[in-house]
Amino acid sequence: MSRLFEASVKDNRRLAENHYLLTFHPLKKIRRPEPGNFFMLSTGNGLDPLLKRPFSIHRRTGSDIRILYRVAGRGTDILSRKRPGDVLQIIGPLGNSFPVGRSRKNIILVAGGVGIAPVFALAEGLIASLKKPVLFYGAKTGSGLLCIEELNSIGIETHICTDSGDTGRKGPVTAILREFIQGNPSVSEDCCIYACGPEPMLRSLSALAAEYGLRGYAALEQNMACGIGACLGCIVNTTGGYKRVCREGPVFPMNEILW
Amino acid sequence: MKLSVNLGKLKLGNPVIAASGTFGYGEEYSEFIDIGRLGAVTVKGLSLRPKDGNPPPRIVETPAGMLNAVGLQNIGIDSFIKNKLPFLRRFRTRVIVNFFGDSISEYAEAAVRLSSAKGIHALEMNISCPNKQAGWSIFGTDPRVTFRVVSAVRRATGMPLIVKLSPNVTDIALMAKAAEDAGADAVSLINTLTAMAIDINTQRPKLANVTGGLSGPAIRPVAVRMVWECHKKVNIPVIGMGGIMSAEDAIEFMLAGATAVAVGTANFVNPRAALDILEGIKSFMSARGIRSPGELTGAVKLDVA
Repeated sequence: MSRLFEASVKDNRRLAENHYLLTFHPLKKIRRPEPGNFFMLSTGNGLDPLLKRPFSIHRRTGSDIRILYRVAGRGTDILSRKRPGDVLQIIGPLGNSFPVGRSRKNIILVAGGVGIAPVFALAEGLIASLKKPVLFYGAKTGSGLLCIEELNSIGIETHICTDSGDTGRKGPVTAILREFIQGNPSVSEDCCIYACGPEPMLRSLSALAAEYGLRGYAALEQNMACGIGACLGCIVNTTGGYKRVCREGPVFPMNEILW
Repeated sequence: MKLSVNLGKLKLGNPVIAASGTFGYGEEYSEFIDIGRLGAVTVKGLSLRPKDGNPPPRIVETPAGMLNAVGLQNIGIDSFIKNKLPFLRRFRTRVIVNFFGDSISEYAEAAVRLSSAKGIHALEMNISCPNKQAGWSIFGTDPRVTFRVVSAVRRATGMPLIVKLSPNVTDIALMAKAAEDAGADAVSLINTLTAMAIDINTQRPKLANVTGGLSGPAIRPVAVRMVWECHKKVNIPVIGMGGIMSAEDAIEFMLAGATAVAVGTANFVNPRAALDILEGIKSFMSARGIRSPGELTGAVKLDVA
């Protein structure tokens, strides 16, 4: 089953300022993506923008795939103008996925901003397999908190916070999580954190996890040209040397990343 | 219709090559295309010892192109021969190994080491990476030094030897001539153009390495001109590359003087690009009654129509 395929846009809707939810329908059967996997999507049809852009899977509905994205530059701006029926060139699913093989009692999910995209996929999968993860979700302001209704509909315990304090608790997500851990000492037994968000959030989360001796995994983002391990553009510095976000990642054990 | 081309002693089944640094060690692309159908695969540049390369960010997109500052990250020659070459040997494609050194003696030693490995059909000397430290660029920008380093490698190996040239010079044909005089079997060009991009909000360079190499369709007209200049100057074959995205682009390089063409950045955009280009060249040849790619090489008409 080739991971190079075409898909037609089914829906592409604005969720909040600069944030969109794209649903595409693969025009042939593709491999089943796992939470943490990503796809490389063409944006324009010509030579500029040139490269495909990586997006993690947000949701799978039947054979359709949903991508939650922020408009961050020209490529994503062009993507945000796609209409139903438009055809995209796609490679994927690519990369590794969140390792959830072993059953764990306490699963903590942490997301910052559009980092909710892969974390939601993971949450949905965990709940489907009758686990009870707890989500800590932060953004700069309430308008940056995405898919709150979807989160409510899957019934996950969610702790919301914003930097501005206009929605949920005021403060960084790591501070809210720290309080939670302090208030629930049993949490640290057989616990695992899965996270995606901006680098400063992941860095302080990684420090928090180390402080309490918690295991954790983070899905990373990096510029990449090919997505298949050839360009060596998307490396991250780890305790084991430079690793490719597209192949050895995008999910890495937090304690291996040299922030 | 014949598709094969000769690059000195190296015979390719067709004129389409996957360019070094854009095709990994071949494995990365084998799930997308039958790499055995390519004229040749040029592997990511190798050195005697493994190299970590530059810190991130290493790449940034620019209009119709991209900058990279990977910094020649590679697994080293010994690991390549042991762990990667056996896979490539399974295909009938020709295997070209791109390599570099930090001194003339390192270049020669690397060539010796590679020459004893089974399954390598040609060597491509990289004397033109824009991401090496200051001083290194002299291998590809001073024709006297180019002559010396190519001569040293020529003495070290009997394998077909391609010299990959830098566009970051005033007169690239002079560099091609130096490589030819030193015994190169072919020249390949162009490597990337040294370039820079700055984030106006942070006022910082977009690449950790500050500068990087520009590739992609943005550089194609520069590359076509340079292939044309080199083809006029030297009698050895020219491998043309620089932003080839389609068969039309490849044919343009051949008309300018390329005997074979290499597909680089396009592999990143579409992992099937090199084979799509080969199919397009075949269609063009058949539609025009062209019996051999050689009929296109240097066939640009300069007389007034």
